[in-house]
Amino acid sequence: MITDCDEARLITMQDRLVPLLTVERLSKAYGAVVACDRVSLSLYPGQVLGIIGESGSGKTTLLKAIATHLPIDSGRVCYTSTAGQALDLHELPLPRRRQLMRTEWGFVQQNPRDGLRMNVTAGANIGERLMEVGGRHYGQIRQTAGLWLDQVEISQARMDDFPHTFSGGMQQRLQLARVLVTSPRLVLMDEPTGGLDVSVQAKLLDLIRSLVRTLQLSVILVTHDIGVVRLLAHRLLVMQGGQVVEAGLTDQVLDDPQHPYTQQLVSATLVP
Amino acid sequence: MTSTAISPSPVSTNSLLWADNLHKRFILHAQGGICLPVLKGTSLKVKPGECVILQGPSGSGKSTFMRSLYANYRVDSGAIWVKHGENRIDLTQCQPHELMAIRQKTIGYVSQFLRVIPRVPALEVAAEPLMELGLEAAAARDNVRSLFRRLNLPERLWSLSPTTFSGGEKQRLNIARAFSVDFPILLLDEPTAALDAANREVVIELIEEKKARGCALIGIFHDEQVWQRVGNRVLTFGREDETALGESHE
Repeated sequence: MITDCDEARLITMQDRLVPLLTVERLSKAYGAVVACDRVSLSLYPGQVLGIIGESGSGKTTLLKAIATHLPIDSGRVCYTSTAGQALDLHELPLPRRRQLMRTEWGFVQQNPRDGLRMNVTAGANIGERLMEVGGRHYGQIRQTAGLWLDQVEISQARMDDFPHTFSGGMQQRLQLARVLVTSPRLVLMDEPTGGLDVSVQAKLLDLIRSLVRTLQLSVILVTHDIGVVRLLAHRLLVMQGGQVVEAGLTDQVLDDPQHPYTQQLVSATLVP
Repeated sequence: MTSTAISPSPVSTNSLLWADNLHKRFILHAQGGICLPVLKGTSLKVKPGECVILQGPSGSGKSTFMRSLYANYRVDSGAIWVKHGENRIDLTQCQPHELMAIRQKTIGYVSQFLRVIPRVPALEVAAEPLMELGLEAAAARDNVRSLFRRLNLPERLWSLSPTTFSGGEKQRLNIARAFSVDFPILLLDEPTAALDAANREVVIELIEEKKARGCALIGIFHDEQVWQRVGNRVLTFGREDETALGESHE
């Protein structure tokens, strides 16, 4: 039978998009325990990549290794900078790496107390980051901080209050403002809605979702919550025992899970 | 990076979508590795302006087939060639970011269900695909408003989150969301299931307009009156044969 495409050459599609981040065969062990076993992934601009897996699956280690918060045993983390340079992050001189992390990257901690400075005011938490990247004008910094409080739906009247007087959900929103104020291109989030009430979670998720869209952020999001990735992630990696056992578009992985572990994870979730 | 198979547009064909010999089985690991073969060599070609109806008893695989055409389900073997821009691309070989681009520009899908985003107004939900294509927000909203009007979605609902919408209201929102974009290929999964007679008529009109513009449609319709009117051909599941409408269905 002669088919439509028989005569067609198969050629390699030129990727019109250049990945923002490429992780190649990244491995990291703690003694005999392999936390990440030859993990590879790529992230394209404007995409949200979810990483799910239970505690101990290596997902947080992977995130920290990508952020160079941890040394790695082997592999590469390659980042394409605003200037279009491909940078091997773990080989980069420390000052240059730090500068990148301050300007082009952001990291949202699971516990807002780890991501905020608890002994300075909400306004200062945001303003401090601006000063790190060269902001000098007090009035402007304060004004920008106020705008960001609006963005994350915290009243500007709370600008001079300390974060410990905030609820958990507010602290997490403040951390988002602190991270996003410098307009990073890539944001890494570790269980950003963990430990919050369901109603507070929904609001935060919705906020993250709209910020990701309006700011065209690329995000890697680690969570064990399938509802969170359903709502936020375009793509999904499933990790078990340090390995990526399944990957694809979020709806593919969740609607047609193939690996036994993913099937178990999906069927164990209460359908909302 | 693995490569994606694409081919320069062959002159020998004008079909927009060509599913070739699709096989799909489900393996349920939690139930002793039970294997359910659902698609066993299903093929289909759809040309511009055609509407193909998927028919068959429930469980016969028509939904699985349709979901495979959207790459929501991943087939075990076979190819799904789709005309994407000037190229023909095999969906089964695409990288996730390529699939995202194909879903943005080439294949639209009207599902029976709406995955509700809390707090986002209906108008914004429906205008999202157009805005992702780079249309200005005001133009995208105008486009959606006119579809909402045609589908008789009460104006007081437009600024509300669809969380509290009825089934029929959600369905009309879904239809507006997918029909606002000029997709060359549209997949319709029971788009009229929750609609009253008047709105069903509107959807039939909208489908006819898409056909006139050269869109290739594939639909599952519960309502025989609807598919008899919009369908050009029927692909029957369970029996795995394809018939022209009017030949075997009198």
